[in-house]
Amino acid sequence: MGVRQWIGSWPVYRQVTGDDPLGRGAAAKSGVSERLAPRVSTADQVVKSVCPYCAVGCGQNVYVKDDKVVQIEGDPDSPVSRGRLCPKGSASLQLTTGSARERHVLYRRPHGTEWERLDLDTAMDMIADRVIAARRDGWQWEQDGNRTRRTLGFASLGGATLDNEENYLIKKLFTALGAVQIENQARI
Amino acid sequence: MAECHPVGFQWVMEAKARGAKLVHVDPRFTRTSALADVHVPLRAGSDIAFLGGIVNHVLRNEKYFREYVLEYTNASVILNEDFRDTEDLDGVFSGLDPNGRCYTPDSWRYEGLEMQAAAGQRDMEYDARVETATSGHAEATGSGGTALGEGDPNRDPSLQHPKCVFQVLKRHFSRYTPEMVERICGVPRDQFLQVCDLVTENSGRDRTTAFAYAVGWTQHTVGVQYIRTAAILQTLLGNIGRPGGGILALRGHASIQGSTDIPTLFNLLPGYIPMPVAHANEDLDAFIAAEAAKKGFWGEMRSYFVSLMKAYFGDAATDGNDYCFDYLPRLTGSHSTYETVMAQINGTCKGYFLLGENPAVGSANAKMQRLGMANLDWLVVRDFSLIESATWWKDGPEIETGEMRTEDIGTEVFFMPAAAHTEKDGSFTNTQRMLQWHHKAVEPPGEARSELWFTYHLGRIIRAKLAGSSDEMDRPVLDLTWDYPVESGTAEPDAEAVLAEINGRDADGNPLSSYTELKEDGSTACGCWIYAGCYADGVNQPARRKPGKDQSWVAPEWGWAWPMNRRILYNRASADPDGNPWSDRKALVWWDAEKGEWTGHDVPDFVADKAPDYKPPHGSTGADALAGNDPFIMQADGKAWLYVPAGLMDGPLPTHYEPQESPFENLLYKQRRNPVRHLIDPHPANLYEPSGDSPGAAVFPFVTTTYRLTEHHTAGGMSRWQPYLAELQPEFFCEVSPELAAERDLEHSGWATIVSARGVIEARVMVTDRLTPLAMDGRVLHQIGLPYHWGSNGYSRGDSANELLHLALDPNSHIQEAKAIACDIRPGRRPRGEAALALVRSYRDRAGITDRTGTEA
Repeated sequence: MGVRQWIGSWPVYRQVTGDDPLGRGAAAKSGVSERLAPRVSTADQVVKSVCPYCAVGCGQNVYVKDDKVVQIEGDPDSPVSRGRLCPKGSASLQLTTGSARERHVLYRRPHGTEWERLDLDTAMDMIADRVIAARRDGWQWEQDGNRTRRTLGFASLGGATLDNEENYLIKKLFTALGAVQIENQARI
Repeated sequence: MAECHPVGFQWVMEAKARGAKLVHVDPRFTRTSALADVHVPLRAGSDIAFLGGIVNHVLRNEKYFREYVLEYTNASVILNEDFRDTEDLDGVFSGLDPNGRCYTPDSWRYEGLEMQAAAGQRDMEYDARVETATSGHAEATGSGGTALGEGDPNRDPSLQHPKCVFQVLKRHFSRYTPEMVERICGVPRDQFLQVCDLVTENSGRDRTTAFAYAVGWTQHTVGVQYIRTAAILQTLLGNIGRPGGGILALRGHASIQGSTDIPTLFNLLPGYIPMPVAHANEDLDAFIAAEAAKKGFWGEMRSYFVSLMKAYFGDAATDGNDYCFDYLPRLTGSHSTYETVMAQINGTCKGYFLLGENPAVGSANAKMQRLGMANLDWLVVRDFSLIESATWWKDGPEIETGEMRTEDIGTEVFFMPAAAHTEKDGSFTNTQRMLQWHHKAVEPPGEARSELWFTYHLGRIIRAKLAGSSDEMDRPVLDLTWDYPVESGTAEPDAEAVLAEINGRDADGNPLSSYTELKEDGSTACGCWIYAGCYADGVNQPARRKPGKDQSWVAPEWGWAWPMNRRILYNRASADPDGNPWSDRKALVWWDAEKGEWTGHDVPDFVADKAPDYKPPHGSTGADALAGNDPFIMQADGKAWLYVPAGLMDGPLPTHYEPQESPFENLLYKQRRNPVRHLIDPHPANLYEPSGDSPGAAVFPFVTTTYRLTEHHTAGGMSRWQPYLAELQPEFFCEVSPELAAERDLEHSGWATIVSARGVIEARVMVTDRLTPLAMDGRVLHQIGLPYHWGSNGYSRGDSANELLHLALDPNSHIQEAKAIACDIRPGRRPRGEAALALVRSYRDRAGITDRTGTEA
């Protein structure tokens, strides 16, 4: 470090010689904070998104670096939210990348006392078998002489947190399987 | 609104900065109240009395918007001679079944309207009406009114005929006086009149007033009628279809609007087409004849329905097989989530999918939910973390009390980790009906997958297992169109391909741009008719993101709103009968006579080239039957309904009834509660408390209401596992006034035990002026506030307020009464183990509760 540089690192010197005479900005900044940069500035990609909590529909910018989400902020372009997010929306990064998220399928066998691991394909196959069986068990061609062509053997609850495309497939598949007990938070 | 929709509330603050007055009506003082000009605390469960009081004020003092009312509403229509109002029958309407539990609404009809001509159909309509008593059919009118009979109703444009809607309305609300409002709601007369003045002075040609509400209005045994009262008021004041007006539902989930439009709901098909109900000889013609309106855009229901069946079943749906009408399962009564719980408890329903829901703590009467789950063969829980609905079998409240033993529970549980919104493509529909696309940023971690992935592959595997089956039961699922392109890697289906199916295509396979292009001959396919146009020109319209600052205040190029990108529904009403804006200040859309079309800031919600003075030829049907001054194009007569002649289960006009559980008698009528409220079958875990002056009611003297906080989300599945949010609101608490704290020895930051006939919970005590004792007809009422976000898992923990709730439902929407129940509160922590059950039993015994209590009409 040369003398000029050493003197230049002295806040009082910068305060006197620079354009921050009150020492409340650049003059008081340390080398460490000088080199700090927001996570968003080093992101590889900004992906446009929407807050997943309430139904206001605030715009979100999702910042991605090395195939990981590194920050989520309000989208200033959105005419709905103008860049703002509430405490929940601001916690979206923890929601999506937090350590509390489960990453594996878990299985509790009948009368079991603990979780077990199960691989995804096996679980899907087992669930498909159970849907087919429960559907057949609870099948009703008619009730009180009127045709019903349905099953009361299985039910589904959920959809308000999901995408339109997901709700569309859920209703389509379960209706074709004859299920009528398909519900979501809109009734709750 | 500041509490639960904080970022939306910035626009309320913008309005306030420009001079708007803000009134907040809520039992508790919140962040909204802090910024309001007037905060009106009222008794939870008394809003119809409050709003009805304003309606009476408007009618009595002639504050209504006369021209709007005359031209755009059914005020002048003359009612059937046989109609009897609550004024005549002390709190009930004509047509109440002798058992007192359902209405036959024949007498509610307009004079001069004929029923369907064919005798067979008449029978069917009768059946339909009777069966809807429990089927939740009324909700199918979410996008417009129900069908009316044929013919033109008689009208009296002078509004003087004693049987015209206007005069009936006047008489009906005449007893909702300021004095009555004070006695029922606990709102002082002067404050009530101040609100009346603020609302009426800010309504008319030059000004509009908006009402915003959330589940504080819907979660009641008369919830739909709460909204109806607001609708009557806003219609009388001319505040519907105009900028700055409306009745705005503030919905609480990112796509709860979307999951109603494209419903995962038992009683609806996409676009508010009702699910068919089981009748003798039901076929496509009979279904359409019973459900479609004669006038307005619901008159085209056959096109919407046939196009949906083409989207579902493709080439298998033909004219010769009624477009697979018979493939649809039929309803017999209600199959709501609460009936489903009962079906689980009685063993009919053996499998259950939970897709981003946490009923073990998040649904009313949480114990009933767990009893249902404990009786299943299998349960699939799809969520981010191990929510209580995934773990109740090892750590639920019944394990603690000894009512259940883990080893005895036979339910097989699959926990499937879900993908987050950043890990999948798709659209949410926000609270103003606007679709916005979120793009996938990264791959989901580990075995986490989207619901799109789960549903598509589950269907694919089931279809493979059933392939070749000749069983008629399997035909629909095998004939399903289910060939979505998938990405490499996780084999995630292409969400945009699903959006394109929802949008629909014409006979040549081109994307539709409007629902008016739909045909009933099977040449078009469309997964949700009201969403037609969301993929117009093959462009993902919900993904449009032209910055707000670069476009008009309507911002039509951000996202896409159904229908046809209209941002304010029924906006033809923003212009006068001649098609000119009611005032320059409130101009939105208007008739351009030179060009012969409607134009303006928003997309006109009207037939683009239909002149204001257009009169349809006699005998026209469907959209063609709309006159140029019929702004309410989804209604069967093109008018806003002050009085509802058909479609509601509990009466054509809102009436104040006490909640299922209330410390008060109904001061307005002999009839205490909504006579046709929906009570589920008796169950020992769902007992009701005595009310009013009945013996034992004093055991539960306090009105209790549940609500949300800014820092948490519904049952906590998306907020109790987030360290920031857990730190901001670390545990469950109750809010009580200093007066109640003194009366019951409750200490701030100490513990309280809260008891209902269903259960007992404990909460930290927050002694605060945010809850205020109300002076109620000579007595003091204390209210207890309970945020309901908690459960035993995650970082922020506590008991669930839903343990206290009962299942008594609105008869139209089948939504539970979460917003006004009766409880007791005492200092200290709740007992553990068997002692907790004993405490609840002792309360029931003291109140003399049996399984009949509270079930009387």
